[in-house]
Amino acid sequence: MTEIFGVPTQALFGQLLIGLINGSFYALLSLGLAVIFGLLNIINFTHGAQYMLGAFVAYLMLTKLGIGYWWALLVSPVVVGATGVLIERFLLSKLYKLDHLYGLLLTFGLALIIQGLFRNEFGSSGQPYQIPSQLQGGQNLGFMFLPNYRAWIIVASLVVCLSTWYVIERTKLGSYLRAATENPQLVQAFGVNVPRMITLTYGFGVGLAALAGVMAAPVYQVSPQMGADLIIVVFAVVVIGGMGSILGAIVTGFGLGLIEGLTKVFYPEASSTVIFIIMVIVLLLRPAGLFGTQK
Amino acid sequence: MSTGGGVSVAAQKRAEELRTHRTAFIVMLAVLVLAPAVVYPVFMMKVMCFALFACAFNLLIGFGGLLSFGHAMFLGSAGYASAHAAKVWGFTPELAILFGTACAAVLSAGAGLLAIRRQGIYFAMITLALAQMVYFFSLQAKFTGGEDGIQGVPRGHLFGVISLDNQLTMYAFVLVIFLFGFGLIYRTIHSPFGQVLKAIRENENRTISLGYDTDRFKLLAFVLSGTLAGLAGATKALVFQLASLTDVHWSMSGEVVLMTLLGGMGTVFGPVVGAAVIITMQNYLAQLGAWVTIVQGVIFVVCVMAFRRGIIGELAHWLKRPL
Repeated sequence: MTEIFGVPTQALFGQLLIGLINGSFYALLSLGLAVIFGLLNIINFTHGAQYMLGAFVAYLMLTKLGIGYWWALLVSPVVVGATGVLIERFLLSKLYKLDHLYGLLLTFGLALIIQGLFRNEFGSSGQPYQIPSQLQGGQNLGFMFLPNYRAWIIVASLVVCLSTWYVIERTKLGSYLRAATENPQLVQAFGVNVPRMITLTYGFGVGLAALAGVMAAPVYQVSPQMGADLIIVVFAVVVIGGMGSILGAIVTGFGLGLIEGLTKVFYPEASSTVIFIIMVIVLLLRPAGLFGTQK
Repeated sequence: MSTGGGVSVAAQKRAEELRTHRTAFIVMLAVLVLAPAVVYPVFMMKVMCFALFACAFNLLIGFGGLLSFGHAMFLGSAGYASAHAAKVWGFTPELAILFGTACAAVLSAGAGLLAIRRQGIYFAMITLALAQMVYFFSLQAKFTGGEDGIQGVPRGHLFGVISLDNQLTMYAFVLVIFLFGFGLIYRTIHSPFGQVLKAIRENENRTISLGYDTDRFKLLAFVLSGTLAGLAGATKALVFQLASLTDVHWSMSGEVVLMTLLGGMGTVFGPVVGAAVIITMQNYLAQLGAWVTIVQGVIFVVCVMAFRRGIIGELAHWLKRPL
C-alpha cells in the first residue's frame, strides 16, 4: 500500500473527502449567515435549527408521504424558507431599531424552542435517511473509492454557492441587494421596496440552511441536535473568513473543511478544536478576518 | 448657582438610590439567611452560585454592553480546577476555590485579549467559539474525567478546622462567598471605573475621544467578570461535589444570558432574581425533559419582544427608583 508521510493514501484521501463534505456544509451555512448578516445586521442563531428543520422536512416527506429525495431538495427549502419569512415579518422586523444583540437573543430563543420541540417528538437519537437510488454506489478512482452521493454533495454545494455569488455580484437584483446593504434609506428613496427585500433575503438565507439540511440527511443521521453544535463551528468559520465577502465565505468554508480533514489524519486529538485554534490565530494576525474589512 | 443646584440634585438622587439599594439589599439578605429554614439548603446554594454567576455576567453586558456567549467556560473550568485541587491534591476548600478562581482569571485574560479585538456580534461569536474549544478540551483531557466529570469531590475542612459536610455550615460559607462577590460587583459599578464602562456601553467612540483607552477598560471588565464567574463555578463544584461537562457546555452560557435578561440587564438585583426564577423553574420542570428547553426558549422570545427591562427593571420603572 502506498503511503504519504507515513499515512496510507486510502486513509488520507478518505479523510480529505470527509473534509470536503464538511466544508460543503460549512460553505453553504456560512454563505446563508453572510447573506442575512449583510442586509439585516443580525447573526441568525436559528440557522442550525433551520438546517435541522430542512433535514426533518425531507425525512417526514419520505416517511409520511412517500415523497423522495429530489422533491425534498426542492420543497424543503421552500417550506423552511417560508417559516423564515414569517419569523422575519412578525418578530425580527420589530427589533431593527434596537441594539442588534436583541436579534441574536431572539434567534437563540427560537433555536431552543425548535430544537426542544423536535427532541420531544423524535427523541435524541438519529433517524436514518436512504441515499436516493440514482446516487447509490460509487466510482473507483484508482487511488480511492468515491461514493457517488458524496461527489454529488460537493458538486451541488459548489454550484449553489457559485450561483448565489453570481446572482449577488453580477445581476441587477444583486446590485439592489448590495446597494441596500450599503445604504437602505437611499435605495428605498429610489423606489425599491427594501422591507420586502429584507424579508425575502432572510427567507433565502434560511432556505439555504434547509437545503444544506436535506443534503446532509443521508450522510449524517437526521436528529434534533444535528445543527446545534455545527452552528458554533460555522460561527468560527464566519469569524475567520470575515463577513465582508460572499466568495470569502465559500473559500473559507471549503478550506477549513479540508484542514479539519487533514488534522484527523495527522493529529486526530485536535480535529474538533483545529477550527477554533485557527480562529484564534486569525484574530491575532488579522482581526477583521481573512476576507473582511475592519469598519 | 445653577451648577451648585445641579450637584445637590445629583447628590440627592445618589442618596435616594443608596437608600433604595440598602432596603433591597436587606430584603435579599433576610431572604437568604432565613431560606434554609424553609427550603432545601442545597437548592438555595445552587441559587446563590448561579446568582453570583449571573451578576458577574451582568457586569459585562449590563454595564459594559458586551454580550459574552461563552461565560460557561469560566464557570466550568474553575469548577474542574477546584474539584481537582480538592480531590487529587487535597487542598482545603478555601484554597481549592481560590485556585479555581485564579484559573478562571488566567483563562479570562486570554479569552478577553482575543475577544475585545472585535465588537458587537463578533464579540458574541468569538466568546462562543472559545468556550466551545474549552468544552472539547474538557471532553478530551485526562484530569476532567471526560463524560463522567470529577465525582465525589470532598468538601473538606474550612481552614483545615471547620467541617463543611454539615449542610448549614456549607450554606453559611456559600452565603459569605456570594455576598463578597455581590459586594465587589456593586462596588465596581459604582466606582469611576464603572462610570467609564457605562460610557463605553453608551458610546464607545465618544469615550475614546475623551481620552480613555477603552480596550483596557473592556479587558479589565472581562477579566473581573470571568474571575467572578469562576468563583461561582469553583464554589458550585464543592457544593455538589461534582464538576461536569454540563457547566462548560454552550447551553450553560445561554442559561446565564437568560437569567440576566429575565431579571433585568443593567440592574443590580435583577440577575439574582432571574437566577432564582430559572433555577426554581428547572427544579419543577425537571421531569418534563425537553420541555425545559422549550420554556426557556419561550422566555427568551417573550423577554426580547415585550419585556426587555426584565422583572427588576420593570419593578424599578414602576417604583421610579433604580434597583
